[in-house]
Amino acid sequence: MRAVDALMECLKAEGVEVVFGLPGGASLPIYDAFYDAGIRHILVRHEAGGGHAAEGYAQATGKVGVAMATSGPGATNLVTPICDAMMDSVPVVFITGQVRSDILGTDGFQEADTIGITMPVVKHSMMIRHPLEIPNTVREAFHIARSGRPGPVVVDIPQDLSRADIPYTPAGKINLPGYQPTTNGNQRQIRLAAKALANSRRPVLYIGGGAKNAFESVRDLAGYGRLPVTATIMGLGVFPASSPQWLGMLGMHGTRTANYAMDEADLIIAIGARFDDRVTGLVDEFAPHAKFVHIDIDPAEISKNVDAHIPIVGDAANVVPRLLAEYRDLGTDAARLDEWWRRIDSWKERYPLTYEDSGGDEIKPQFLVESLAQATGGDAIVVSDVGQHQMWVAQHFGFERPRQWINSGGLGTMGFGLPAAMGAKVGRPDATVVCVSGDGSFQMNQQELSTCAQNGIDVKAFIMNNGYLGMVRQWQELFWEHRYSQVETTPPDFVKLAEAHGCTGLRFTDKHTLVQDIRAAIATPGPVVVDVRVTPEENVFPMISPGMPAREMVG
Amino acid sequence: MGEPVTNELLSLDDLEAAGRGRTGRKHVLSILVENKPGALTRITGLFARRGFNIDTLAVGPTDDDAISRITLTLDGALQPIDQVTKQLHKLVNVLKIRDLEPEETLARELALVKIAAEGPNRAEVMQLCDIFRAHIVDVSRRTVVVEITGTHEKLEAFERLVRRFGLVEMARTGEIAIARGRTATT
Repeated sequence: MRAVDALMECLKAEGVEVVFGLPGGASLPIYDAFYDAGIRHILVRHEAGGGHAAEGYAQATGKVGVAMATSGPGATNLVTPICDAMMDSVPVVFITGQVRSDILGTDGFQEADTIGITMPVVKHSMMIRHPLEIPNTVREAFHIARSGRPGPVVVDIPQDLSRADIPYTPAGKINLPGYQPTTNGNQRQIRLAAKALANSRRPVLYIGGGAKNAFESVRDLAGYGRLPVTATIMGLGVFPASSPQWLGMLGMHGTRTANYAMDEADLIIAIGARFDDRVTGLVDEFAPHAKFVHIDIDPAEISKNVDAHIPIVGDAANVVPRLLAEYRDLGTDAARLDEWWRRIDSWKERYPLTYEDSGGDEIKPQFLVESLAQATGGDAIVVSDVGQHQMWVAQHFGFERPRQWINSGGLGTMGFGLPAAMGAKVGRPDATVVCVSGDGSFQMNQQELSTCAQNGIDVKAFIMNNGYLGMVRQWQELFWEHRYSQVETTPPDFVKLAEAHGCTGLRFTDKHTLVQDIRAAIATPGPVVVDVRVTPEENVFPMISPGMPAREMVG
Repeated sequence: MGEPVTNELLSLDDLEAAGRGRTGRKHVLSILVENKPGALTRITGLFARRGFNIDTLAVGPTDDDAISRITLTLDGALQPIDQVTKQLHKLVNVLKIRDLEPEETLARELALVKIAAEGPNRAEVMQLCDIFRAHIVDVSRRTVVVEITGTHEKLEAFERLVRRFGLVEMARTGEIAIARGRTATT
C-alpha cells in the first residue's frame, strides 16, 4: 500500500471526518490519496484559514481538528494557528508536507524547518523518518492532541517517504513513556479543598476553558454550594449567564461585580483557569484576602502566576464531582453565605453592565450584540474575532452552554473569526453559526468567504464596522493622549466584497429594525456578510487599566 | 529518486540508498561559542533541522567567562561533516570550530558506573578497577560506584567487562577533547 493511503487509513481510524487544507508540491502524494479516500477535504484559500477552521471545528465539536499544508510557505502560514491552538489548548493535528528526505537541510525548493520553526508553540511535533512510522506516529499525534491538556501537534512528512510502498499494519499500542498526564486528582487534596470551602464565608468559583468538559459537575457544585461563579473569556458558557449565581466575566473588561467579588473573596476555587494577566490585573494586589484552590490538568499551571494553597492536578471532570461529594459529606450550612450574597447582590444592583444607547438611529456596538442574542434566541454558536467587538460579545451576549462561544482568547489572533466560524459550521451543520468580527479583523482572513461560497458553508458574519482598529484606538485615546496613530482603516465595501466572493452582502444602519434585519440575514440561505455601521468611537467599559489592581476599575 | 510530479511508488530499499559526502569515520568537533542564552539551542536546532545526528555533546566553561566550549562527536559515516561545519560557522554566536584530527587529539570521557559487587565479586571488581586505573568513589553493601576516565574505547571496554557482575546504572559525560602540542583552538 502507498504510505499516503496508509495515512488516510490512519486518519479514518482516528475518526477524522474533515480536513482543512491546501495542496502543494510536497503534499502532492497526500492529495492524490485524498482523491478517493472518502475523507471530506475543504480547500481553503490560505493555510492560516485552514488552521483556524480546524480550531473552530475542534472547539465546536470537542473532537480533534485536522489542518494540512504543503512544505515551506504552506507550513509557515500555519504558525499562527498552531500558536493560537497552543494558547487556548485546542486539540488540532497539523499535517505538513516536507521536501524529500534526501535533500533535507539543503535549502531545497519550498523547504522550511517546520519542526524547528514551530517547536516553541506546539504541544508536540514529529517528523516521519521512515514510512513505516506513519501509523504509530499518527496514532500518537491524535492521542497527544486530545488527551491531558489538549493542544496542537505537528506531523511533518517528507515527500519521498509519503510515496513509499509499505505493508500497512494499523497502529499498535501507544508507547509514550514521557507523556503520562495526571487526570485523577489526589483524594487528600480534594478533601482539603472541600474543608476549605466549608470553612469559607466568601467563596468564588473561577472557571476557565479547562472546565468545558466538566460543565455539569461545575453547575452541580455551584448549585449545591450556592457559590457565586465567574469565568474567563475562555470559560464563558460553562455556567449559564441566566443564573442568579452568575457574576459575569472577570478581568480587564469583566464586570465590577466579578472583579470586586474576587477582590474580597476568602476562597477562590480555580477550575481549568490559568490566572492570566488580563484576569489578575496587578498581580501583587490580586485577590489579597483569598486562599486559592487550583484545579488544573497541567501541573505547570499550578502556582505559575499566583501561588496555590491547595493545588489539585487532574481533569476537572474527575476532580469536581469528587469535590462536590466530599463537600456534601461535610453537611455545611449554605446560610453562612447569606452575608456574602447580600454584598454581591448590592454590587450587581449598583454596577450592572450597561451602556448609553444612541439617541437616533445609530447602532451602538453593545446594542448590536444584544440584538444578535435576541434575534437568535441566544441559541447560536457565536465565533468572534479579536478586539473591541470580542469584548462586547463576551460581555453582552449571555452564553448558556459550553462550546457555544469560540474566540481567540490567549493569542488574540485577528483574522481568527471567519475561518473558525467556517470550521464550527462544518462541525455543527445543524447549528446557526454567527461570526462577529470587526472591520480590521475581518480583512485579515476575508479570502475564506470564497471557501464558504464554494462549499456552501452557511456562516453569517456580522462586521461591527467602526472604521477603526477599535481596541488600539481606545488605548490611544485613554492612555496615549488621544494621539491616534495608524488606526483608521477606511474599510472596503463589504457588501460588494461579499458579492464578489459569491456570498450575500447586506448593510445595516438603523437600530430600530435591527432585530428583524438580523433574523432576515440569518434566514437567508448560504453565507452572508453584514456590514453593520456602529458608533465609531465607542469604548469598552468597564476596564481595569493596565498595571492597576482590579478594585480600581474605570468606566 | 523521482520528482514530486511522478506518482511512481518508491521501494523501501531506494529510500535507504541515499547518502553522499560522508567520510566514514568518527569526528570530534571542538566549538567555541559565546556564552549567551540560546547559543546551544541554535546549534542543536541546526542539527535537528538538517537531519544530522549528534552522538555525544559536552558543554563547559573555558578560561574566558564569555566563551564556552562545546565538544561534539558525530559519525561521519552518517553525517556530511563538511556541511555540518559550514552551517555551524554561519551561526553568529559560534566563534571557532575545529574538526580535530584523531592522531593529534587527546580525547577523554568520564563515567560514573554503579556495579553490583557482593561477596567474591567485590574483589574482582576492585582488581578490574586497578587495571583500568578507575577509582571506587562510593561503596554500599551490594554495590560500588566507580569513577573512570579515558578514551571512548577504554570506557566501552570497561563497560563490557563489568557487565557480567551486574551494571546497575551508568552516567557518561561524552567526550571532551584538546589538540596535542602547541596549537590551540582559540
